[in-house]
Amino acid sequence: MRLLLNGITHSYGPTEVLRDVSFTVEDAEIVCIIGPSGCGKSTLLRFLGGLEKPDGGAVLMSGNAPEGSLNPLTYVFQDFALLPWRTVEGNISLVLEDHGISGGAARAVIDGVLARTKLSDFRKAWPRQLSGGMKQRVAIARALAVRPAVMLMDEPLSALDSQTRELLMDDFLDLWQRERFSSVYVTHNLSEAVRLGHRIVVLSRRPGQVREIIEIDMPLEDRPHRTAELEPIRQKLWDMLRDEARAADRELTDAP
Amino acid sequence: MPRDTGRLSAPAPQDARPVPFRGGGFRHRPHPWLPPIVFAALLALWATGSASGIISPVALPAPADVYAAFRDLVVTGMLWTHLSVSLYRLGVGWALGAALGVAAGLTIGLFSLVRAGLLPLVSALFPVPKIALLPLFIIWFGIGEGSKIATIVFGTFFPTVISTYSGVDGVDRNLIRMGQSFGLTWSSIVRKIILPGAMPAILSGFRISISIAIVLLVAAEMIGAQYGIGAYILMAGSLFALGQLIAGVIILSVIGLGASWLIGRAERKLLDWRG
Ligand SMILES: Nc1ncnc2c1ncn2[C@@H]1O[C@H](COP(=O)(O)OP(=O)(O)OP(=O)(O)O)[C@@H](O)[C@H]1O
Ligand SMILES: [Mg+2]
Repeated sequence: MRLLLNGITHSYGPTEVLRDVSFTVEDAEIVCIIGPSGCGKSTLLRFLGGLEKPDGGAVLMSGNAPEGSLNPLTYVFQDFALLPWRTVEGNISLVLEDHGISGGAARAVIDGVLARTKLSDFRKAWPRQLSGGMKQRVAIARALAVRPAVMLMDEPLSALDSQTRELLMDDFLDLWQRERFSSVYVTHNLSEAVRLGHRIVVLSRRPGQVREIIEIDMPLEDRPHRTAELEPIRQKLWDMLRDEARAADRELTDAP
Repeated sequence: MPRDTGRLSAPAPQDARPVPFRGGGFRHRPHPWLPPIVFAALLALWATGSASGIISPVALPAPADVYAAFRDLVVTGMLWTHLSVSLYRLGVGWALGAALGVAAGLTIGLFSLVRAGLLPLVSALFPVPKIALLPLFIIWFGIGEGSKIATIVFGTFFPTVISTYSGVDGVDRNLIRMGQSFGLTWSSIVRKIILPGAMPAILSGFRISISIAIVLLVAAEMIGAQYGIGAYILMAGSLFALGQLIAGVIILSVIGLGASWLIGRAERKLLDWRG
């Protein structure tokens, strides 16, 4: 399934947050979004999944979701958003219940996604008993349970330490190799962006505009051992972000 | 070579001393043996005070008088009579008030129209002492059970409304957004996300409303009731039968303890996820 963003513009009260943002997300493509803090990345992601409506422009989808997809546009949140009053298993069955999947059918789905996210031993655990990395794996398992066409991820790894981040990135790529979902992946971490993104959308400081879209033409599975070739791209992204941050800083000090 | 960082690699300098400990405190440890000791000590103090004449029987009856009043109640079977009517009024009144209060609190929490319409009314009526309305309730619901139960319903309704809607307000917006993002129906979001999220606040509201209910029960039973703990206490008071009066008060506090024990059990069962 493809997503097309067409001239997205939005203001919260007097604050213009996004201005004329357009790009597309192709089938089975991972698009990373980077940009300075407060430039409207989370806001943009809310528009993509239909949780909020932009003032101007539209988000369109085209093509069909894969067979059996229960929730084509599915989020993975930065703060995990697990219900503390449900166990791991209960948190996953939550998103199945409304589709009439319960009992044996639900158990089969839950077994499957827990195995794929290496959580089979934690079925009955409460969220408070899990580490941050495990919580995010539960959130990913929950997302997989509804067989998404597009995964919308808002800094899914930024609450985690760097080792856990590495491991989860590998797991995420394994999942992507198998399921071939599309994904829009917001991050602050440039290494994540060059490791995961087929394309990287760089937003400017607020109001967020597309400053540049960088295509990385290297298969995802090759990237871990060809890091040297990725380094110039990372450096370029870094320079762009630093310019934006500097400009934003100057605007602040120049303000009366 | 790996070093054992748990040991000093060099001899400690002369002035080496442990860092001062400044943590600790501000945490409650269980002392299960203390309440019975405090209780027994107070009882002993009371008994010796009464026996030696330091505590005049006019000021406070001797424990023996209170015990005699209890025995009377049990022997004549009046304990059960008073207790059953009181527990019935309390149970029905509190259950109705709490159920209506949770329902109203949920609608106030969920619908902004209801909130705008009802919240000012709730805020206006909450501070009114419900016992002041008892004469009105007697006209509306009769001198019998109706007016007494209505007083308790009214008194427990408002605090329950307030604790419920603030519980709903306190539910993490991100969890609700998560529910929406997975396409959960409105009723699923309310039942599976909002209600459990508001449950801690609702249950602590119950703790408050049950003690309000007991206060109102006694007050209502002091007006036009033949049986009930309140009527028993009123009668004892007007006869200056202080032993009976204290016995009645003790029964009330046991009822209160029992209620809070029940709510504690409900909390442990419903909020087991908090660990
Ligand atoms: N619901 C809202 N109401 C009003 N203003 C909002 C709202 N949500 C976001 N904003 C404002 O919009 C701007 C963009 O916010 P957003 O969360 O999208 O930024 P972001 O790019 O995700 O930032 P970060 O990288 O720090 O997560 C901010 O200035 C924020 O204050
Ligand atoms: Mg954000």
